[in-house]
Amino acid sequence: MAEQILMKGNEAVAEAAIRAGCRFFAGYPITPQNEIPEYMARKLFEVGGTFIQAESEVSAINMVYGGAGTGTRSMTSSSSPGISLKQEGISYIAGAELPALVVNMVRAGPGLGGIQPAQGDWFQATKGGGHGDYRLLVFVPASVQEAIDLVGQAFELAEHYRNPVMILGDAVLGQMMEPVVLPEPVDLAKLPQKSWATTGTGGTRKPNVVNSLYLDAELCEKHNFKLQEKYRQMTEREVRFEELNMDDAEIVLTAYGTSARVAISAMKRARSEGLKVGMIRPITAWPFPYEPFRKASERVRAFLDVEMSAGQMIEDVRLAVQDRAPIFFYNRMGGMVPTPKAVLEELHKIDHSLKRDKLGGRLGV
Amino acid sequence: MSVKVFERPKALSSVIFHYCPGCTHGIIHRLVAEAIDEFGVQGKTIGVASVGCSVLAYNYFNVDFQQAAHGRAPAVATGIKRCLPDRTVFTYQGDGDLASIGTAEIVHAAMRGENITVIFVNNAIYGMTGGQMAPTTLLGQNTTTSPGGRKPERAGRPIRMSEMLSQLEGPAYIARVSTHNAAQVARAKQAVKKAFQAQVDKKGFSMVEVLSTCPTNWGMTPNEALKWLEENMLPVYPLGEFKTEPGLPGPSAAKTTVPTREVKTD
Repeated sequence: MAEQILMKGNEAVAEAAIRAGCRFFAGYPITPQNEIPEYMARKLFEVGGTFIQAESEVSAINMVYGGAGTGTRSMTSSSSPGISLKQEGISYIAGAELPALVVNMVRAGPGLGGIQPAQGDWFQATKGGGHGDYRLLVFVPASVQEAIDLVGQAFELAEHYRNPVMILGDAVLGQMMEPVVLPEPVDLAKLPQKSWATTGTGGTRKPNVVNSLYLDAELCEKHNFKLQEKYRQMTEREVRFEELNMDDAEIVLTAYGTSARVAISAMKRARSEGLKVGMIRPITAWPFPYEPFRKASERVRAFLDVEMSAGQMIEDVRLAVQDRAPIFFYNRMGGMVPTPKAVLEELHKIDHSLKRDKLGGRLGV
Repeated sequence: MSVKVFERPKALSSVIFHYCPGCTHGIIHRLVAEAIDEFGVQGKTIGVASVGCSVLAYNYFNVDFQQAAHGRAPAVATGIKRCLPDRTVFTYQGDGDLASIGTAEIVHAAMRGENITVIFVNNAIYGMTGGQMAPTTLLGQNTTTSPGGRKPERAGRPIRMSEMLSQLEGPAYIARVSTHNAAQVARAKQAVKKAFQAQVDKKGFSMVEVLSTCPTNWGMTPNEALKWLEENMLPVYPLGEFKTEPGLPGPSAAKTTVPTREVKTD
């Protein structure tokens, strides 16, 4: 078995990217993700890759556009305010159908906000962020190991769909250390050839053009329909989630990333106190796992959504559950992290109110 | 027996330009394509188109191309060049793109001495969007956003990018040329070649600022526009080489920068 080592989340993401074949990184300093560019600055040249500290996040994402356009596995990382600046480039990368990885170690907002963990960028990551009709494949890992595993998949899927992929973590995931097992490095020579890449024609083919401009409205519509077909395929094939204790669950917790870790602790204590609590943990924020929520909503008594935001994922949960079961919400914001104790108290409150309800727990919220 | 003395450069595609009558983009495209042909690098060249009238440059050059967001061409070119250091990479940008929205990208690509070539077409106006004021617009020049002429108290004074960038250590070659007559076009050709030479020799960043006309948005005939360029733009934007690394053809321009000393690190 491969060796288990202790690694900080940010550094683990960087190492996983190198092992997944990332050979171009452009970034700009911002807390709490600085260990990613710092790690890349130390290690990427050793494997024949290039690290650039760009003059801004705007420039960094456009360097990634250029690098990705050559067929080189390319990435950038940042945290919330920096990701806002990258939105222009992300829209262009999606429009030009380039594969790239963008890591967002989310901090509190809006504005300069704070440097503590938060989950206020769900809307930005899953509903657009930049201009135009595009989607990102968005992974929301809840552990350092899961982040490592998803980085590898992110590069694969980015190339498969020719679409940018985002890892949406937060300051906790980036800053904490956990025991992990690193994957074997991919063999770059064995990766599929990219016939679309701008590498120079070599005098043997017609020029390749990396472009998102379609001045003819009919062609632009055609391009948009093509993009939408890719997104439809993603919603069919790439939905990832985890279900815990769902067989007999009466109350379903849902949370992602750091708040999912807290929710799992609360669920375990609730179980030991006799509450039948299960959990659905999205691993892809987009495409969102609507189906497990819809299925659960037909038999469970209530949902409790826990977020470090004002309630962003809950809109997707509502779309899935509709009015088939009540959805309760517990949150902390601004860099505060919920405690298992507080979530447990919410679960007890919900349980009490459901028992009081003569109709057997069909409460509105 | 007939001898062919003039033909389309191989690096130019056989299509009709969309440029307005009298616009000098066509001439400048040709100069770039001729340089690519003469260095024999067509098969290993990647161009970067910007936003503005030259947004469709990828349709006109018979080489691989990437189309960049407004102002970001030097960042995109940096990404390409760093991933493929043995390729020839050039950007083709206008003055709105390079001297306004893209100032951060051009300054820092030059600062890093990115081994790319920048063709900077300066016509003192936003052409594609319909004749708005650019940072390069002359004082008193009438545009749709400086009606009655650019006034310094409202909109500042024209920016001289070549002079500005030549203060940096990164650039190997910076020159300003013009297209207002045949002699100047011939000089422009030499400058474009020298810029590509700097890249082929791995000397660092090179830029040629090409003064250009915009008859449509200047509201002039092509001939009037050429005359206007000569009479009004040349005094504000003097022609010449602002920086030439030793080793490039021709006399070296006086070095305006003192190389920075490296500090010792453990």
